[in-house]
This record gives sequence, C-alpha cells and structure tokens, in this order.
Amino acid sequence: MLNKKELYQSVREGDDMTVKIIGEIDHHNAVGIRSDIDSEIYACRPKRLIFDLSGVEFMDSSGLGLILGRFTTVKSVGGELIIRNPCKSVMRILKLAGAERILNIEFENGG
Amino acid sequence: MKEKIKNEMRMKLPSLSVNEWVARSAVAAFCAQLDPSASEIADIKCVVSEAVTNCIVHGYRDTVGIIYIAVALFEGGLVRIEIKDKGVGIADVKQARVPLFTTDPGNERSGMGFTVMESFTDKVRVTSKSDGGTKVVMYKRLFGKNDNS
Repeated sequence: MLNKKELYQSVREGDDMTVKIIGEIDHHNAVGIRSDIDSEIYACRPKRLIFDLSGVEFMDSSGLGLILGRFTTVKSVGGELIIRNPCKSVMRILKLAGAERILNIEFENGG
Repeated sequence: MKEKIKNEMRMKLPSLSVNEWVARSAVAAFCAQLDPSASEIADIKCVVSEAVTNCIVHGYRDTVGIIYIAVALFEGGLVRIEIKDKGVGIADVKQARVPLFTTDPGNERSGMGFTVMESFTDKVRVTSKSDGGTKVVMYKRLFGKNDNS
C-alpha cells in the first residue's frame, strides 16, 4: 500500500508489518504520517513492526520522536519494533539519544 | 572572531513546517561553496532543521511568524549560522538545553533539538526571553576532504 503522500509504503506479511519510509524525516513529514501508521498498527496488530529506513537520507530529532512514538504504539498491541538498515547519519541521531539501547536495530547484508 | 568574511546570506521564511526542508536545503547549498564533506553537510542540514523546527513548534506554536536565518562563511572554513524568531521565547534556557527536556511531550517531541545542535557544531549560543523571541547562533568549522568524522 502506498501512502498518498508517498512518504512511506507499508507491507503486511504474516505477523510482520514492514513500513518503508522514503526520503527525509523531519517534523513536517513525521506529523504527516504518524497517525496513518498508527491506524495501520491498530488494524493489523503486527507481532513485528519493521521500520525499513534504508530509503531515509535525512532524519532529525523529529524522526526520533516518530520512531519512539511507534515503539509505544506497537508495544501497546503486543508487538515489537525493529529498525532496519538506518544509514550512518540516522544512526548518529539514534545513538545520540541512546535509543540504540532500547530499539532493535538490524542491518541486512552486513550493512 | 578574527577570520575574514567570505560570503553571507540572509533569508526570511514563514514558520510553516513545510519550510523546514527549504531552510536546511538553502543553508546546505550555501555552505557547499566551502567544499564540505558529506557528513559535514549532513550536520549542517540537521542543526538548521532542529533550530527552525524549534521556531515553528515552540516559538510560534499555533501562530505563524517569521523565521530569520543568517549564514556567514569565513576564511578557514568557519560557518556561522544564526536562526531567530520573535515568538514566545524560552523562560529557562538552561533547562531547555537539558537533553530530553521538552515542553511539548504530547506531540512526540523528543527534547533532543539542542543536544543535536551542540553535538553537531562547535559552539551554540542561545539567547531568549519570555515573549521576546529566541536567537540561536551556531559555529562550525568545516574541514572538507580532511574531515575525519
């Protein structure tokens, strides 16, 4: 399913829901997509919500708020959040907040 | 500051969230003439985004005001970025700069804006007073291809 603003795509596979965000995550974009993603989480109740950040070229601390907000949402429906393939600059923001200590971050293909 | 100024720009933008991208892109494009490394440009974009977002979310809140951006490039790769608003101001700047502190937790604000600015630049100066607006001045020296970060 392609979000109308084309900021993210979501795919459901079994108990997994993968949200691939494309482009830049700032306050403007985060506000634009967070309730849409939450609606999908509540509808699908995934066991694993995978945030694929491989297409994210830029993220500021508003993106951190988006991620942590979805962490809370998916946890409330009994699921877990996995962050996949953040680029170097996105990882810097996550590490600055110590978020890598509470988030599952995975890299595919040894990235 | 002893370095000679090489170039400068000023811009004014309404505090609309769509202008966060405009501001960081414009400042990054202006700084490109110093031939920064990719990570230095990423830092510049990030700190501008943080400061402008603060103006929008906290400075002007539910109103629309003007954000004033001034960038100066000096000899030796030094960049000075000033971002100012005429919004509600910060009652306690010291408290506002504490990591994770936010006056707007209900809107998923992480409270990391100033922490990011301080981590990605060499110096941040914040002046503000209640109902008197806020001015953030950041300095960063760019090393370009010699950047080891």
